Amino acid sequence: MSVIAPKFRLAYFLKGVIDVLFWAIILVTLIGIPAIQIGLFYGNLPVIEGELVTAFLLFTLMFHPEMALPIIKSLLYSDLFRIAAFPGFGFAALIAASTIFVERKMLAKLQLRVGPFYCGKVEGILQLAGDGLKLISKEIIIPAKADKPIFWVAPVLFVATAAAFVSLIPVAPGGWVVADLDVGLLAVFAVIGFFPIITILSAWSANSKYPFIGGIRALHQMVSFEIPLILSLLGVVILTGTLNLSEIVESQSSFPWIIFMPIGAIVFFTAMLAELERIPFDLPEAESEIVAGWLTEFSGMMYGLVQLGSYVKLYAFAALFVVIFLGGWTGPVFWPPLDEQIITTGLEITSYTGDAFLTIATPGLPLFDADPNEWILQKQGEVMYTSGQLLISGVIWFVLKTVAVIFFILLPRGVFPRIRIDMLLHIGWYKLIGLSFVNIFIALGLLYAGILGPGGIF
Amino acid sequence: MPEQISDNQAEQLPPGLQIDKVDDRIMTLNVGPQHPGSGHMRIIVRIDGDYIVDADPDPGYVHRGEEKMAESRNYITNIPHLERPVIHDSCNILYPYVLGVEDIVGIEVPERAKYVRVIAAELNRCVYIQYWLAIYGIFLGHSTMFMWPAGDRELMIDLLEKMTGARVTHSYFIPGGVRNDLPANFEDVCLRQVNYFEKRIKEYADIFYDNPILKARTEDTGVLSSQDAIRLGTTGSVLRASGIDYDVRIKEPYDVYDELDVHTNVLKDGDSYARSKVPWLDMLESCNIIRQALEKIPKSGSVRTKLRPNPKGGVTEVYRRVESGRGSAGMYIISNGKPEPYRVKISPGSFRNLIALPYLLKGEKLGNMPAVYWSLNYWPVEADR
Repeated sequence: MSVIAPKFRLAYFLKGVIDVLFWAIILVTLIGIPAIQIGLFYGNLPVIEGELVTAFLLFTLMFHPEMALPIIKSLLYSDLFRIAAFPGFGFAALIAASTIFVERKMLAKLQLRVGPFYCGKVEGILQLAGDGLKLISKEIIIPAKADKPIFWVAPVLFVATAAAFVSLIPVAPGGWVVADLDVGLLAVFAVIGFFPIITILSAWSANSKYPFIGGIRALHQMVSFEIPLILSLLGVVILTGTLNLSEIVESQSSFPWIIFMPIGAIVFFTAMLAELERIPFDLPEAESEIVAGWLTEFSGMMYGLVQLGSYVKLYAFAALFVVIFLGGWTGPVFWPPLDEQIITTGLEITSYTGDAFLTIATPGLPLFDADPNEWILQKQGEVMYTSGQLLISGVIWFVLKTVAVIFFILLPRGVFPRIRIDMLLHIGWYKLIGLSFVNIFIALGLLYAGILGPGGIF
Repeated sequence: MPEQISDNQAEQLPPGLQIDKVDDRIMTLNVGPQHPGSGHMRIIVRIDGDYIVDADPDPGYVHRGEEKMAESRNYITNIPHLERPVIHDSCNILYPYVLGVEDIVGIEVPERAKYVRVIAAELNRCVYIQYWLAIYGIFLGHSTMFMWPAGDRELMIDLLEKMTGARVTHSYFIPGGVRNDLPANFEDVCLRQVNYFEKRIKEYADIFYDNPILKARTEDTGVLSSQDAIRLGTTGSVLRASGIDYDVRIKEPYDVYDELDVHTNVLKDGDSYARSKVPWLDMLESCNIIRQALEKIPKSGSVRTKLRPNPKGGVTEVYRRVESGRGSAGMYIISNGKPEPYRVKISPGSFRNLIALPYLLKGEKLGNMPAVYWSLNYWPVEADR
């Protein structure tokens, strides 16, 4: 039953190229150009400094800094940028990709080997790109009698849900979050609640035994660990009196909540490991028992999407831990260490070298220029900082803390074996729920004893 | 057999589980031969929810007819292919054959060769157990325990390469001694590497054997009582983990094992944890034996009694056995006076340990299957011969 690949023939190749060109031209003329015209007719074009930015001005803008800068700034503060690039999916995917690389290298050092080594010359830095290319080029195989629509859509849904989770995480002060909801924490729980459904749907639709068992295991695990996950955060909600994640971060400007609620942090961390299906809780993907669990039948880029989603989810959980227990972006503003003037407008240094005056003008970075209309100078301690400085410093603190938490999520993989399902359920339903109630009582005790008021310490 | 082991935990199915009446609840899983947790065999597992109702091991995927092949080759040319079933433990699987042929042909082995054989056999036991332990680690999801033994195994392989010239398939033992003498300065190198190896494997306790999750996971799973272990005919580490002090090196000493101080490691529990720990203790004991042998070995002398080109014995039959990495490995050789053996029957430890698998898996959870299966010290290729 083997299929012999046809020999290469120039005629077939040319036919393929011409086919692609033909369909491209047809589709662009019939769909693309009308869509662009309709969009241009109804869409609102941005107005920069009293001038309507049309497509004709595009090339002018590209080479004209004074006009390009405002449009870049307007792009930076647009919703699309937030969703696609900075606090949203692009940022998360970048951290997820580096997490995969760091995980491989760190685990390799732990296990007395070198890890990825050859791809990309320097310590296998391009291994991930190589793996991605391999996954894209592989055939996607769908099992016989699988429920095709659900099977196809499950990996996409998985990534989309992970991205929705990311969109709720505030990254920097000044509203750097895709969706700043007043019920942010509830929305997080709602999004987390989608993961078991997607898992069981994909597992069931595959029409295979091992994915089915893996899906059932994932369902057990995620549902039983969602309860301690929610309960462990209740103490913070009681003390801060808000569900808005940005306000939770701002309530920790003096002390992070992990100082008062270490038990809640431990419970949350453990439940997080289980939700992420990482060792020691990787039962849904236990390879020696059920091949690859609910991922068994995924091939090619479908598998790649699920992996991408799971690492984006890992970042989102680590970021949630940072936001709730470690104080998010709060921290001393250590960068940039220079005056706001130097950062935004640049500096001119002049010195006499004996013959003549030497003048050096450093370029500024006016992207983060404080706009007095929109961005108000914020006070932290004695010094005044612009929002640009606070943004950069906040992002650095946030990333540092997130990376630290991700490191602790990765570490158990080198230390622990896999746990068994009954032990897992026992931990979830008895120990963690009990501990999270202890944590709630501690929070209530702090509240009613008057040590901490609602809203945190300021 | 099932009614005889009624005191076993394996017989007690979980409450409410009746095999005959609720057949539609039961799912059949073919674990293997293309399964990351099976090896070259298949286990037909029938599960009800998470409980294993019935497990039926189905070996035979790597049957190579070693016994039939042995009938058409003479005593010397049988050596390379008879060690193929366990290339990691090739000295030990060849040991009973070589001892048997020496009995048939009737030659004496020089004293130095006997010590060299003991050193090679114990080094090979460490190589095998490290490989086995690596797979046990990855079966339990402990990837560090997969990499560490696989790396430390290189120390022993290096030594064996210096001794024999080959890394795994040594073909080192021949009737009348060993193939070649030890290289110069081997004793010092061997002592140094064995000491370092012992220090390394003691570290496994920190990350693996004292790990609370591993203990919780493997203790009280797949319990094999000492009576059942004897009745089912298990051997080697499985038998010693069930509390039976049995080791061929002590019960029927061969070569110079009676002159060395050999201890056995016996654990009482008979669960997966004990079965996984006994081989590790055996490795520590092997290091002791190697050090003793290096002290007592004659510094010079022949390592090989010359055989005539096509050796043959009288009409006789002989059964010799040794303690291999998986338990007692026996070879039954029938000679009819010709240069080729009339029959060579291999009795490996792997197959005898596999017999216990269905009794241990019955009533266990599916998650325990790899922990119980691989703790039986079973090597599929050896069992299929």
